[in-house]
Amino acid sequence: MSWVTKTLSSSLGKKLIMSLTGLFLIIFLVGHVTGNLQLFINDDGQAFNIYAKFMTTNPAVKILSYVTYIAIIGHVVYSIITTLANKKARPIGYQTSRASTNSAWTSRNMGVLGTIVLIFLVVHLQGFWYEMHWGNLPVVQYDGEEYKDLYSIVKFAFAEPLLVLLYVVAMVFLGLHLSHGFASAFQTLGLNHKKYTPAIVFLGRVFSVVVPALFASMPIYLYISSLN
Amino acid sequence: MNLTLKIWRQKNNSDKGAFKEYKVEHISKDMSFLEMLDVLNEQLANKGEDPVHFDHDCREGICGMCSLYINGKPHGPEQTTTCQLHMRSFQDGEVVTIEPWRATAFPVLKDLVVNRSAFDRIIQAGGYVSVNTGGVPDANEIPIPKKIADEAFDSATCIGCGACVAACKNASAMLFVSAKVSQLALLPQGQVERKERVERMVSQMDAEGFGACSNTGACEAECPKGISVTNIARMNREYFSAVVTSDNI
Ligand code: HEM
Ligand code: FES
Repeated sequence: MSWVTKTLSSSLGKKLIMSLTGLFLIIFLVGHVTGNLQLFINDDGQAFNIYAKFMTTNPAVKILSYVTYIAIIGHVVYSIITTLANKKARPIGYQTSRASTNSAWTSRNMGVLGTIVLIFLVVHLQGFWYEMHWGNLPVVQYDGEEYKDLYSIVKFAFAEPLLVLLYVVAMVFLGLHLSHGFASAFQTLGLNHKKYTPAIVFLGRVFSVVVPALFASMPIYLYISSLN
Repeated sequence: MNLTLKIWRQKNNSDKGAFKEYKVEHISKDMSFLEMLDVLNEQLANKGEDPVHFDHDCREGICGMCSLYINGKPHGPEQTTTCQLHMRSFQDGEVVTIEPWRATAFPVLKDLVVNRSAFDRIIQAGGYVSVNTGGVPDANEIPIPKKIADEAFDSATCIGCGACVAACKNASAMLFVSAKVSQLALLPQGQVERKERVERMVSQMDAEGFGACSNTGACEAECPKGISVTNIARMNREYFSAVVTSDNI
């Protein structure tokens, strides 16, 4: 085994991968939520559709999107590997456990929370990402240029209250995943210092509420608009 | 006070084991938890039954030999060692469940006694400073700033009891290993073997079958010596910088 594979298969190395991919996905979420805020613009989806085309055609964004796919797959694969190894380290559990007195529930259930996020991701990607890339979308013309009308698909989808509910619930779980994950990723990297750890913890709390809430507000907004 | 004890009994490593209930009466609130178990064992011995095996040595909270997972927490309800836990922390009539540390790397030998040699092997892998033989060096020959000495000492207060492993949902030994890595990484004497040490100790820790760190913080919360998870962050830094700069290919 070379030193690289040896390091990455160590317990610390596996967590390094979880941390780096997790942090990358956090940055991705910032971009994703910011771009999608264009759904709130009252222009019948023009800005959103132009943005969606840019995101699927611009070469730099394309490279970035491949990195994102790798990050998701890497995060999920390593989460399975680590979680299984961790279970193997304690095959016989305790009869009575008062773990709630020493640690947060979210920190002990990252696998469960992540799995729910993963299920959501599959539904989400199949509904919009797959449609945008390979689906048969209606087209619209802005200034003589043709655009796929992803906005109409999004708008149509969120007229369905059950889907809205799924999105909102999924965002709660994403928030819980991040309420532990955000600060945890820095600790894994070895970044723990009295000067900046309180700030990281605070930022993590804010992030895990604000970003999922912004995401959740979109289907809610589109649903309410669909009622009129 | 009178108590009902639910104690894990297991004849040997290959025995399946099960909980068994015992009653103890007239227990003084000022007794330590281990003294209470001594009372139980005296009862059992008088009846010709096999006493409950548990680890202990100093009974002063300094050796790290006592263990026990009491009512869902390592070393019981207080953040101290089981030998320093007193019966005043319990209510009259309480049912007290006593289990051994649970970890693949800490196999049960008998009843509540687990084999913690995995810790020794981790120390053997790198938790030392090599010193040439010769004349005894002057105690204060190497200047060490007070702040660094204090920090190293905080890490060095780890008594290796294994409560961190017992508390962690992953049975991870990170708090123990990181305390030992930190203690030596902070001091000038530890610099020579610094990179090799962390690489070897981490790989031994993995080989022993301890889990990874999910940063739940349970270890720090349960550690009788209050070892901080900042040690784990330091070990991670030490490890990642060692693997990219050491000579081991
Ligand atoms: C946008 C989506 C996601 C983001 C931003 C994210 C972010 C993070 C972060 C920052 C961490 C902390 C890493 C560390 O402790 O060093 C983490 C941990 C974790 N993630 Fe995710 N994650 C996401 C999705 C998922 C998915 C889909 C799964 C899996 C099935 C998952 C499973 C886990 C697990 C199991 C851990 C904890 C590992 C451990 O025990 O230490 N995550 N995540
Ligand atoms: S017996 Fe020595 S620390 Fe408890």
